[in-house]
Amino acid sequence: MTATLTPERPAAPEDDHGSGGLWESEATTSRVRVEGLDLTHKVILYLEEITVSFDGFKALNNLSLTIDAGELRCIIGPNGAGKTTMMDVITGKTRPDSGTAFFGQTLDLTRMTEPQIADAGIGRKFQKPTVFENHTVFENFELAMKADKRVRHSLFAELSGEELDHIASVLIQVRLDRYANRQAGLLSHGQKQWLEIGMLLMQKPQLLLLDEPVAGMTDEETERTAELFVSLAGKHSLVVVEHDMKFVEALGGKVTVLCDGSVLAEGSLASVQADPRVIEVYLGR
Amino acid sequence: MRTPLTLRLLQSTPRSGWLALAIFAAVAWIGVPLAHLVVPEGHPLYLSAYTVSLVGKILCYMVVAVAMDLIWGYAGILSLGHGLFFALGGYAFGMYLMRQIGRDGSYGADLPDFMVFLDWKELPWYWLGSDSFLWAIFLTMALPGVVAFIFGYFAFRSRIKGVYFSIITQALTYAAMLLFFRNETGFGGNNGFTDFKRILGFDITSGATRVVLFALSATLLMLCLILGRYLIRSRFGRVLASIRDAESRVMFIGYNPLHYKLFIWTLSAILCGLAGALYVPQVGIINPSEMSPANSIEIAVWVAVGGRGTLIGAVIGAGIVSLAKSFFTVTVPEYWPFFLGGIFIVVTLYLPNGVVGLWRRLWAQRKATDAAPAEDPTPAAAIKGATA
Repeated sequence: MTATLTPERPAAPEDDHGSGGLWESEATTSRVRVEGLDLTHKVILYLEEITVSFDGFKALNNLSLTIDAGELRCIIGPNGAGKTTMMDVITGKTRPDSGTAFFGQTLDLTRMTEPQIADAGIGRKFQKPTVFENHTVFENFELAMKADKRVRHSLFAELSGEELDHIASVLIQVRLDRYANRQAGLLSHGQKQWLEIGMLLMQKPQLLLLDEPVAGMTDEETERTAELFVSLAGKHSLVVVEHDMKFVEALGGKVTVLCDGSVLAEGSLASVQADPRVIEVYLGR
Repeated sequence: MRTPLTLRLLQSTPRSGWLALAIFAAVAWIGVPLAHLVVPEGHPLYLSAYTVSLVGKILCYMVVAVAMDLIWGYAGILSLGHGLFFALGGYAFGMYLMRQIGRDGSYGADLPDFMVFLDWKELPWYWLGSDSFLWAIFLTMALPGVVAFIFGYFAFRSRIKGVYFSIITQALTYAAMLLFFRNETGFGGNNGFTDFKRILGFDITSGATRVVLFALSATLLMLCLILGRYLIRSRFGRVLASIRDAESRVMFIGYNPLHYKLFIWTLSAILCGLAGALYVPQVGIINPSEMSPANSIEIAVWVAVGGRGTLIGAVIGAGIVSLAKSFFTVTVPEYWPFFLGGIFIVVTLYLPNGVVGLWRRLWAQRKATDAAPAEDPTPAAAIKGATA
């Protein structure tokens, strides 16, 4: 336990000018490599007493949550419960007013920039799929791949055998192997969602944050997506925000109910559904 | 394991492209010199000095069009100030041509005529080294490159995009034009540079010099096409197109758009500078009107007419519009601006993908009808055909 402490933490950038500081620290972002995540306690994500307020409104109120390594966790809750704000805190988009957020044992997320966090292995999928519509599925994966992203490398880059294998395996994982050469713009909505998930997987993330991944999907696509997520769990840790209870049930993992910025209940779907406070939040008021 | 770069350069252009380039090279390197120098005057195959210079000039325009397509068609950045980089390259090389005049100017002095006229006693510091050919070549690339790099760095870092960027580039070239109009700037004021006599010691008006300049322009154009093709087929090109389509997503997967835009922007300016350097000895003059906003807009029209994002479309567009311009300025010069504006409207409304887009559409239709002949056109199929 003492042996694995990483001595250097990624330092907070000093030249963060507020508004556009995010991508300006480009020199550091593409080179930061976090060597192995410290998972000695089998926990990948700690959120402790996180509070975020916007003009006095507490979007997150003393939120504490832990995600185990390899876990598949669903977050549900009524609108305005703080689900998206929680994702924003984890990915570094929003800084908490108080509280701590740790990735593994050593990485303090509140002190890292968005690209650093992405590079450390947290991938986020937004609600609306944004894929590169003019490129093929294969090219989308190639671009999303974890690689040197600098100009001088891109000018001469060639796919190695390993990289080709990785793309091929992700293509199969997200069931797009038959569409590798199709323009992404021509895919169905559900396929675009899978493509986007595949692009996340290309970055070899440890933790995947998925915001309403099955919104707008057909029932069959929803089922396939559930199968995909279940197969990903174990190799990756997943946090899924979703309203579709059938989908949540199909995932079968632990469920956390958020309400007014903090955790209301946690457990299996059946147990939280039986919880009178949860029923009150969803049906009452 | 890794493919050598030369092989990848070869592979990036398709076989038909290489064939077209080979034919083009044969015409430019062998055909034109023969037709101009060997074929006697009056023979139907004879090419006059006027024709060779005109086509040579258009070849330079084509290089500019390709450079424009790289940033507009592939990176989605519409520059309305590319004439500036072209003119800077022209001026940089023009300085050398002015020094080559030596004492053959009207005043018979060591200094260029306009400096004598201004009563200057010695060359300004920035004319230092202008008598060296190699320095001139370096400057034709470095000057536009540095200006573009500095301007681009601040513009792209501030994330200036779309029409705002276009307007700023337009203002930039306009400001430069005003600066160059001033006699005190030291580049000949509104007369610019002219009356060139020699290049590398050779007579600039001789037929041999003319065909060499022509062949060099053709070579530059071919190199631009090969390089452009390589760039857009590389991962770099795919990132660039992604920046054009969804910049924030590109940032999210870890690419820095600033560096990518800056690279292609600077490269584009350098290519324009080289084109300008070859343009000046062929037309025999460079003056600040090359930096006028209208000139830069015309460059955008070339690419729009030919078809954005196709490289070859830029070449075709520059050819069509320039030939039309030569025709108009000889016959009815006062109507040229109306014609130019008219083309732009027609292309924007009816040919969003330019001439190349139209050709591809017709080609696809012909293929489709060839593939499924003798079928009764059902209403649905007819509608599809009409809208496709």
